[in-house]
Amino acid sequence: MSVIYVLIGLSLLVATGFLVAFIWAVRSGQYEDTGTPALRVLAEEPPAPRRDRAVDTPVRSIPTDVP
Amino acid sequence: MGFTGDSLGVALKPSTAHQEPVELESGRSLEAEGSVLCQHCGTPCGSAAISKENLTFCCRGCLAVFELLHQHGLGRFYDLSPTPGLRVAQRLDAAQFAHLDDPLVLERLVDYRDECGCRVTLHIPAIHCVACVWLLENLFQLHEGIGRSEVNFLRRELSVMFDPQRIRLSQLVALLASLGYEPVFQMGDLGRRNGPTKPVRLWLQLGIAGFAFGNVMMLSFPSYLGLEAHHSPGIRLFLGLVSLGLSFPVFFYSASDYWRSAWQALRQRTVTLELPIAAGLLALFGQSLWEILTQTGEGYLDSLTGLVFFLLCGRWFQNKTYERLSFDRDYQAFFPLSVTRRTEAGEEVVPVARLRVGDRVRLRHGELLPADARLLEGTAEMDYSFVTGESEPVRRHPGDLLYAGGQQVGGPIEVEVVKPVSQSYLSTLWARLARSAEGQRNFQTLTNRLSRWFVAGVAAVALGSAVAWGLTSSLPMALKTFTAVLIVACPCALALSAPFALGTVQRWLARQQIFLKNSQVLERLARVTTIVFDKTGTLTTAGSDRIRWVGPPLEPAEREAVCVLAAQSTHPLARQLVGLIQDPSGGRSAGVPSVPAGADRPEWYREHPGRGIEGQVQGLELWLGSAHWLRKRGVSVPEGCIRTAHSVHVAIGGLYRGSFQLQRALRPGTDRLAQTLAGRYELALLSGDQARERAAFEQLFGRGASLLFHQTPEEKQTFIHQLQQRGRTVMMVGDGLNDAGALRQSDVGVAVVEDIGAFSPASDVILEARRVAELPELLGLARRAVQVVYVCFALSILYNVAGLTLAVQGRLSPLVAAILMPLSSVTVVSAACALGLWQARRSGLTTWRGKETSEP
Repeated sequence: MSVIYVLIGLSLLVATGFLVAFIWAVRSGQYEDTGTPALRVLAEEPPAPRRDRAVDTPVRSIPTDVP
Repeated sequence: MGFTGDSLGVALKPSTAHQEPVELESGRSLEAEGSVLCQHCGTPCGSAAISKENLTFCCRGCLAVFELLHQHGLGRFYDLSPTPGLRVAQRLDAAQFAHLDDPLVLERLVDYRDECGCRVTLHIPAIHCVACVWLLENLFQLHEGIGRSEVNFLRRELSVMFDPQRIRLSQLVALLASLGYEPVFQMGDLGRRNGPTKPVRLWLQLGIAGFAFGNVMMLSFPSYLGLEAHHSPGIRLFLGLVSLGLSFPVFFYSASDYWRSAWQALRQRTVTLELPIAAGLLALFGQSLWEILTQTGEGYLDSLTGLVFFLLCGRWFQNKTYERLSFDRDYQAFFPLSVTRRTEAGEEVVPVARLRVGDRVRLRHGELLPADARLLEGTAEMDYSFVTGESEPVRRHPGDLLYAGGQQVGGPIEVEVVKPVSQSYLSTLWARLARSAEGQRNFQTLTNRLSRWFVAGVAAVALGSAVAWGLTSSLPMALKTFTAVLIVACPCALALSAPFALGTVQRWLARQQIFLKNSQVLERLARVTTIVFDKTGTLTTAGSDRIRWVGPPLEPAEREAVCVLAAQSTHPLARQLVGLIQDPSGGRSAGVPSVPAGADRPEWYREHPGRGIEGQVQGLELWLGSAHWLRKRGVSVPEGCIRTAHSVHVAIGGLYRGSFQLQRALRPGTDRLAQTLAGRYELALLSGDQARERAAFEQLFGRGASLLFHQTPEEKQTFIHQLQQRGRTVMMVGDGLNDAGALRQSDVGVAVVEDIGAFSPASDVILEARRVAELPELLGLARRAVQVVYVCFALSILYNVAGLTLAVQGRLSPLVAAILMPLSSVTVVSAACALGLWQARRSGLTTWRGKETSEP
């Protein structure tokens, strides 16, 4: 049963690792702005190739009668 | 033209070879209601539209930005959201921002500097969508002197690194302005220092408490389930000591705020809810320490850490702030950063902080006078509405003294500074108001009022049961019961009721664009007995917005001619007249360009300052001005005509035709507002304005209301103070700096703003002007939110009573405590949130459709 001492010790070590990661994240300012990253992620992906889009949204590619 | 480097004074980065060709996709033109929308900014294009290979732009500025972005491979801007751009009203060059390169200003604005460059944080209110964020974070592609840039969307801030050797701050700002993202600088920025942010501490406390809670609970499982391991003394001691080790940081760090407030409460001999919380935590920790070290039990450390974790969650929920808004701004935030100083060498733009007595300053239309000064040249039409609430501009002549805080309307003037900015009328007024309102707010929160009874009750039960057990049984048993009562009575759920119930409502309101300083404002709103309104800008619109023609109707051509001539004038009345004739809806729909097309210029015109304007448009000879002036010119003006400060009389070809009457309109819904509130609250109206409209307001507010006109800022504040001394809880609804003292003095200050994020004086609630009519619903919601808090109080006291019955009988086991505490917290929190949300939904406040981010 004495293996439980080792196991508890190890589990606490892993947990402490996560705690340290959390403290580092807070101190490095990652919790200061919680709004912008949510927007930034939308802009991250490069735009799909042009022709795919034309297939997806045929309405927008119809020329209008604007001079 | 095109925004090449030269026009900005910035040498832009040469475009890279792999740039996308300027993509001119066929027919991606946007249409709305028949008129074509500008590809860049989405403004409906008028006759001045510019077409370039199937794409339409409303103006050259938009086209230039479009081309600039494409040249630098930033064409994706237009893929991220439809017409993301902003219309650049006028061309700006780096010289206009030259004052930013002043070492004094630069030193204050720069957050950080090393040999590679500087970092500045700029406030850019125009940031509104994903595309903005993307473009501003890709600024480095436009100029090689610009490094990494980062946007904080919630604060509308851009933090950017730049190399001062290659791009000056003024050039950087000019570049941003040319893209439509002109940063806003205010004098308050100069004093700003980035202190350590408080949320970091709360996050750490919360994280550590959560970490300990989870692990201690896991280590307590053997004892919950009565497993084998539990019976081996070695393991039991080991688990106990590990739990103890985990609890130490919680007890000493995470809970430290509770120790501090409990200690303060003791020293001030007041009773707050922190007191029983601290007592409960202390009892939990002491009892656990004793049990573990003497190996008589396994302690209540799981309850302790859980309790602290839940309490901190409540605190985190309550601490929601709105970073875009500031509830504590002072007048300096309203001041410009710079003024135009006249020197022998010519004009230069200098920071306001550098202004000295004796400096000659030039003020143009719409500019604010930052220091007391003597007028040297020009006719000043100073609009002091922000300081005094008086809506009429005051006319001053050369030699007169002008007080700081006025806004020049009309032509340019030149003044000589007679007092430093820090000693001006406005600064001293503010300091006086702020000082006298200090310390007035001593509000007992709902929770604190209840805790008085709670503490007394718990103390009675704890002592009573301890004495009872001491008499009938042994002393250790009495002690055990005493701590058990303290433990179980720890008002965690009680402490969470108000933050979660009121916090939910506060957040819901913020989504509907009504911002409260903190959730306690709801408690104060619920107790309001008297409502005091400011008139100008609060109940009435800020400018005149209704126009009435008195006289026989004009021909359309004549009407247009009047408009063309009036557009030449700098007089405020003429400007309003033009705006209203062209856009009778009140100027809200910005679609139609309001500048008359180039063809419609008067053949000739002459302005007579302070009297009127004469000129010829398409063969019609027009005279616009005061009745007195027209009469002097030989026009037979009828005796009975209406002559107020708000009328413009018209004569065509020397014949009197009639007059335009400009009227300041009540905001829509004001009559309903007054009627709804009159029955329940005592109403009052304070105005810095003249008593012209007394009769109208008497009818609106009913007989009981006190209507006071000609009020100075101090008088407004005193009036509120007197009401408070008569035991009233006063809500003040106002807008300008002239209400600042009253807003601070009142129990609830509601600042009415035309635009959320624009300047508002220090207040508790920031409300958009068009929602003033919804105040009754807001007050009703506040009352019901407080009722929700009471329901939650009742629920948590029920749990406490259940726990106490076990505790006084000496049957409180760690398992019962470990179940009871989280259970009570979770049920009370969910009840508070659910009921709060339910009440908010049925409050009758209009819900805000569409996301805030999509609003231009």
